[in-house]
Amino acid sequence: MQIIWDGLFVGSFYALIALGYSMVYGIIKLLNFAHGDIYMLGAFIGFVMLTSMGGLPGALSIGALLVVLLASMVLTGGAGVLIERFAYRPLRKAPRLAVLITAVGVSFTLQYGVSAIMGPNPRSYPVRLEGDVFDILGARISLPQVLLMAIAAILMVSLNTYIQKTSTGRAMRSISLDMKGSLLMGINVNSVITRTFFIGSALAGAAGVMSGAYYGKIDFMMGFLIGLKAFTAAVIGGIGNIQGAMLGGLVLGLLEAFGASVFGGEWRDVFSFVVLILFLTLRPTGILGERVTERV
Amino acid sequence: MSGSTFKSQAPRRTGPAAAWVSGLLENKYLGWIALAAALLAPLLTASPYSLNVMTTAAIFVMLAAGLNIVVGYCGLLDLGYIAFMAVGAYTAGIVSKAFELPLLFTIPAVLVMTILAGLIIGAPTLRLRSDYLAIVTLGFGEITRITANNLSVTGGPSGIYGIPKLLTFGDFSVHSPAVFYYVTILIVAFFVLASARLGKSRLGRAWRFVREDEDAAEAMGIHTYKVKLMAYIFGAVWGGFAGVLFASHLTAISPKSFIFLQSALVLMAVVLGGMGNMRGVVVGALVISLLPELLRDLSEYRYLAFGLLLVVAMVFRPKGLWPAHGHEEERKKKEPEQTAVDAAVSRGESR
Repeated sequence: MQIIWDGLFVGSFYALIALGYSMVYGIIKLLNFAHGDIYMLGAFIGFVMLTSMGGLPGALSIGALLVVLLASMVLTGGAGVLIERFAYRPLRKAPRLAVLITAVGVSFTLQYGVSAIMGPNPRSYPVRLEGDVFDILGARISLPQVLLMAIAAILMVSLNTYIQKTSTGRAMRSISLDMKGSLLMGINVNSVITRTFFIGSALAGAAGVMSGAYYGKIDFMMGFLIGLKAFTAAVIGGIGNIQGAMLGGLVLGLLEAFGASVFGGEWRDVFSFVVLILFLTLRPTGILGERVTERV
Repeated sequence: MSGSTFKSQAPRRTGPAAAWVSGLLENKYLGWIALAAALLAPLLTASPYSLNVMTTAAIFVMLAAGLNIVVGYCGLLDLGYIAFMAVGAYTAGIVSKAFELPLLFTIPAVLVMTILAGLIIGAPTLRLRSDYLAIVTLGFGEITRITANNLSVTGGPSGIYGIPKLLTFGDFSVHSPAVFYYVTILIVAFFVLASARLGKSRLGRAWRFVREDEDAAEAMGIHTYKVKLMAYIFGAVWGGFAGVLFASHLTAISPKSFIFLQSALVLMAVVLGGMGNMRGVVVGALVISLLPELLRDLSEYRYLAFGLLLVVAMVFRPKGLWPAHGHEEERKKKEPEQTAVDAAVSRGESR
């Protein structure tokens, strides 16, 4: 029971980040390697804001954290938009290899940019979420965990509604089906892509602030591994599929928690990569993905 | 080790000076001149420090030559290339320590292990889209490092110490830094030459065809999967042998030597040097490995600068700074086929 809960908790982080991967991939077929680093950037933006506010009394800290969360989401979203505008848009028609290499370059720039400004050593978050721990069905569950999962769930549900119900959401879905067709139908493709990057990056930034507040430690390489995991989650769920990304995140969290308890914690990361490779080999379209025929 | 200067932009300019420069760059003796310069370099400066730096740079050139086969010739992005170097270095280290052999005799084992590693990672993923391959290789690089960190046979986090010399022959052994430098240069030169020749072979032409247009290559009867797997395996073997040299040079290896940063640096050498152009790749590798030694004061910002440089290079020169021949003409031919919508999409207009 404890394993399931832990898996779901970690999985909801993966899901938040996987959403950004999956949305961007669905729309412009780009693997945004820098996505994990946006998560890191979010954690650092939150860190700077919380530090500049100084230590807050405990009662206020959750409210303040929510404000910081929203502000960081806006800023990381903006960063995502800038990255798209200056690094990816000029290359939209370029060979895929060039775009992938650019994404690696952006990831590098973000990592070492943050490292140059904030220093290479880990920083500890000024706010630590602590709360009562209570037992439900034999699992130890803490209040902050519930809170963070609730925030993640709210974000995901509202994203889903946005994509299913609004006209921008419809435009996103139509671009992912056929970019040229959407352009001919009068959809402003670039502004929709910009919005996609904004939303995806904002979600990753939110995950960054939340994990910073929960685990208490951040460093400039923290996005690397979680970016890989989130990609795995997106693949498990079916890349390009929004609900799939959420499901994939939770599934990966669970698999990892079980894997870690069977093989030992030090093999956790290896286990999730093996899952990734198995999925890519056996079912590359993921759980919810449809078979995509590549057009020549 | 600086046989040639970095004049990648030159061929684009016109005029007699540019013609002279590009003539110089295309000179078929350029490689031999570079080799001679590399062999003569210790006569200029032979301090242990400079020999160390030059040997490391030579090994880096070999890595870049190997990655160039995968990324440059075949167009497959490999973000975990350092894993093959790790496989080679660890295999050599473990076998030579277990059987008390000089490192040179571990080469068959290294060959087998790197080919196996190339197959394990390449076989399932090469059928997929190239971006999946990129991220799987990234994961594979991490798996290799973490596995080396966790297993006891690889010495865990502290790695393997006291790796034997490359070659012991009676009382002759390759142990002095200068001798090792010469041996390294010769081996690296051989592998660089071999990969350049490989690029011109039938297989090399197939690789380039796959890179330019995989579907057309398939239609022309090239078994693209097999060809890509070959590129992958060749790359793996090059990386593995670089690993043997690395293990022999440092006599100690640990998982910390094989982090993602190293893979990214090798990739940068290939990309900035010019994908598919072996001369450019050698220059790129030398710049990437020697520049930090020259600019020690700026070390904090160097990775930031590398990252920015990568983005800028790709945005303005998506084929690399000094690309191989034959792209410019092909691209010109393609342009008239663009439809109005294509043009609008690429210009970023709507409606």
